[in-house]
Amino acid sequence: MKFANVMSNAGEWLRGEGPHHQIVISSRVRFARNLRNRAFPGWAKKAERAAILDLIKPRVEALPEMEDAFSELLQDLSATEKQVLVERHLISREHAAKSGGSAVVMNRRQTLSVMINEEDHLRIQSIRSGLQLKQAFKLVDKIDSALESELDFAYDPRLGYLTACPTNVGTGMRASAMLHLPGLVLSELINQVVQAVSKIGLAVRGLYGEGTEAMGNLFQISNQTTLGEKEDEIIGRLTKVIETLIEKEHNARQVLIQQKSNTLWDRIGRAYGVLTNAHAMSSKEALNLLSVIKLGIDLGAFPEEKRLSVDELFIETQPAHMQKSSQQKLNAEERDHLRAEIIRERLKVFPKPDIGKLAKQSGSGSAAESLSDE
Amino acid sequence: MQKVNLCDACSKEKGVQDPTGFALADLLLGIGAAEEIEKGGSTQKCLVCGFTHADFKKTGRLGCSSCYEAFSEVLGSLLKAMHKGTEHVGKIPERAQRVLQLSDRMRSLNESLQKAVAEENYETAASLRDQIKQLESEIATRP
Repeated sequence: MKFANVMSNAGEWLRGEGPHHQIVISSRVRFARNLRNRAFPGWAKKAERAAILDLIKPRVEALPEMEDAFSELLQDLSATEKQVLVERHLISREHAAKSGGSAVVMNRRQTLSVMINEEDHLRIQSIRSGLQLKQAFKLVDKIDSALESELDFAYDPRLGYLTACPTNVGTGMRASAMLHLPGLVLSELINQVVQAVSKIGLAVRGLYGEGTEAMGNLFQISNQTTLGEKEDEIIGRLTKVIETLIEKEHNARQVLIQQKSNTLWDRIGRAYGVLTNAHAMSSKEALNLLSVIKLGIDLGAFPEEKRLSVDELFIETQPAHMQKSSQQKLNAEERDHLRAEIIRERLKVFPKPDIGKLAKQSGSGSAAESLSDE
Repeated sequence: MQKVNLCDACSKEKGVQDPTGFALADLLLGIGAAEEIEKGGSTQKCLVCGFTHADFKKTGRLGCSSCYEAFSEVLGSLLKAMHKGTEHVGKIPERAQRVLQLSDRMRSLNESLQKAVAEENYETAASLRDQIKQLESEIATRP
């Protein structure tokens, strides 16, 4: 599969059809694995990294799940192409910084990607739409077991899977979900929630993981620890917390509708106004305003059938995606201009927010979307 | 990247000699990690990959899987502070599971052998000895 196919095909998680997809954008699980007694990628000499790559890559490509896969050496991808993969969360920012001796192999549906020689020799990742941590885990577990029959993974009976960073040792597993929580942000409950979640050994981060800012009311929640707890226990605990957060977000939205409806309609109306009329827009502003439009769809202010086109804008207006689809190098100013144009064009067919529909809801007090949608 | 300015007294108190080492290990493994690593002494070296204690302090990462053994002392307290438990309870690779089964079987065969000898049941003992020999060769030829 060529990069052009990756670009033109949105991938399963971007289509947003999974359970609780209004609030849970995506679920991800990754395993870190290493070969026994071989230097980790960060310490290995160039030749050893190349030898490790030659050992691992053909075995990954031979997996039945990787039929017609996209498989490339990082050195053969342009900076923009790598960034596109980062924006789709198919490779990490750290992996995008690599070139010689590293590779990525991913399946056609873009639900499975294997990074070779990232921080560890192998990072096996599955990403799914909505709340599907268990499904993502199952796939990664299966791939891990298949590879393990041919590769001697570094494993210690007491410490489990041995990883380059001691924070990953044990299961080597990181499970995470991307949540859209505008209700909790608007009602200023988000800090409280973040603190509560941190206290129970889970991490909350911004859009692109560690050290990144929360934009577009998007938050990543993941397990912090990997030693002393079984994989399915970690997944179960995380899933429970996410279900609680979904409920809290729905409640926050209900309270906003009932008590601060004017503020809410004002936000939605302004977001619509700016997005349909602006001629320059940074990716941060776009994410923040699109988040409000997405909330508007959840609350019935815009027709449901417009959901996919807004979800697509979240990713299409990211810098590398715009650069790649416009097929030219753009400076920041040109990007902001093009971004505003893409959004205006897309929202042209959008009706104005239907405040009447919203008002009806605040009268009846019923939830726009309840937890029982799945 | 977060910039930290420390006066002489504070940097000594925090055990900072190498400012980059301080920033990275603390940043990656949590505040105080660099200090904890320092306690393990700086002369240790992994015999498999040549990674040193100073390298660990500087990067917060290890050199290879054998480093876990080489730096087990300092890692012990770090892992304890960092994780929920100190022992792995999750997935076991099939390879390791087979080794575990083989060593379990070896243990029970040896126990039976001792019992047979004690009971002067030499016929059983001879058969057990054969089984142990076979198991030993199985373990030796394991991939």
